[in-house]
Amino acid sequence: MGGLLPAAVLLLDAATGQLGANPIQRATLQTGLLTLALLVLSLACTPLRLLTGWTWPARIRKPLGLLAFGYAALHFLIYLLDHSFDLSLMTEDILKRPFITAGFTALLLLVPLALTSTPRAVKRLGFQRWTRLHQLAYVAVSLGALHYYWGVKKDHTQPLIYAAVIAALFAVRLLKRRPARGAARSRPVSGG
Amino acid sequence: MSDRTPPPERPDPESSERRILTPGSPNPRREFLRSAALFTATAGALGGGLELLTRRPGGPGAAEAQGAAFTRPARPLGPYDTSEAVTPYAQATSYNNFYEFGLDKSDPARMAGSLKTRPWTVRIDGEVRKPMTVDIDTLQGWFPLEDRVYRMRCVEGWSMVMPWLGFPLAALIRRMEPTSKAKYVQFTALLDPKQLPGQKQAVLQWPYVEGLRLDEALHPLAFMAVGLDGRVLPGQNGAPLRLAVPWKYGFKSIKSVVRITLTEKQPQTTWALAAPQEYGFYANVNPAVPHPRWSQATERRIGELGRRKTLPFNGYAEQVAGLYKGMDLRRFF
Repeated sequence: MGGLLPAAVLLLDAATGQLGANPIQRATLQTGLLTLALLVLSLACTPLRLLTGWTWPARIRKPLGLLAFGYAALHFLIYLLDHSFDLSLMTEDILKRPFITAGFTALLLLVPLALTSTPRAVKRLGFQRWTRLHQLAYVAVSLGALHYYWGVKKDHTQPLIYAAVIAALFAVRLLKRRPARGAARSRPVSGG
Repeated sequence: MSDRTPPPERPDPESSERRILTPGSPNPRREFLRSAALFTATAGALGGGLELLTRRPGGPGAAEAQGAAFTRPARPLGPYDTSEAVTPYAQATSYNNFYEFGLDKSDPARMAGSLKTRPWTVRIDGEVRKPMTVDIDTLQGWFPLEDRVYRMRCVEGWSMVMPWLGFPLAALIRRMEPTSKAKYVQFTALLDPKQLPGQKQAVLQWPYVEGLRLDEALHPLAFMAVGLDGRVLPGQNGAPLRLAVPWKYGFKSIKSVVRITLTEKQPQTTWALAAPQEYGFYANVNPAVPHPRWSQATERRIGELGRRKTLPFNGYAEQVAGLYKGMDLRRFF
């Protein structure tokens, strides 16, 4: 529910002219940032659980992911609105501009994840396959960060912060899972 | 199909409300309040946190700008004026790219108070017979000030209509008496991180440098602005002296100029140094040459929601296309 607050504020800003001289651009940027932030948060749940042993992060993971998808869809809708729903322009953008290609691919990857977010879908797919499918989120968030990085004209501080956080989350997953599994086998000696 | 969901749990007759409260057992109403409070707090924290993390308000002046349409100057249109609706002053002064004040469009209006535009001197040197350092008031007193209503197209895909006040650049250059070696004009903006706090970050190579070929600079459209809408130029718009070359992307129109140098060699300009594959020396508005990351075919006029087609040379092709005869503008972008 709280995740909808930024959408409400965005609407309020739009209604009161707070979005400035170029409101569509502002709304595009904001929904894009919200998508990335929520994706990162949803991906932070598992590492947080692994590190702390808490169980609540696992419970809020799904709503966070769905919110991220919602904002991604909104972001895309505003982009379409900005291009007056001209699908040929959109296709050209997707094919010719890596920056748009990355963003659009990330959105496409999120679609099956959103569609299979019900318990019924988990059952139908089987937990193993469902988990593997949902690992697409790793690809999506990486593409999202790349999309942000490429979209910024100058000063890549913010996109790099997101990239660093994502990398750290991946690292926690790897470090926390691999050794547990590898502990039974002999651990390779690091070469320094 | 074996994926039937289990039947819904039948409500337990002994559950919640009916249960007899015994000391120490959880009070269901208290439990409910507790979880509601927890829910609200979590929702609030998440929403608030996201808001803090991602919100970028538009900046001052944006709201009041909505209704306040600008009246056109009461004078006949000159040969270089556009008759298109002028961008409301509040928007033209609150939506600016001036990285010396910060990267956000609303930063310049917020930060421009730190810029001191008087006293201000302009150094004129290089391939000229009369190099000199001249006070801004003396300099602008040399010429009768003119109004020019110009379109301005930013490389990012938005545009405005700006009612500049100033004098033709050609008049200034002729007064400097260029030598036969002069081929280019180089402009340098103020370098002073105290007044321009954005310069504390090496976002670009400071000071900002721009340049024109001498024949471009002598074109009657090339203009030095000292005012906007009959008022003194605000800091965020490049006070006290800025260039306006309306057939080129906005970044060519350097702000807060302190030095004008005539050179034999093509100047190394700031954006061309920062990203040569994205921003060239010429930077002529050209809908046929896309930026690597976006099309330049359309633009949004500030104040409008839709997009309009971008015109070659920003609609000034008739006047300036001749300057580029025989040049491949895909290469010299």
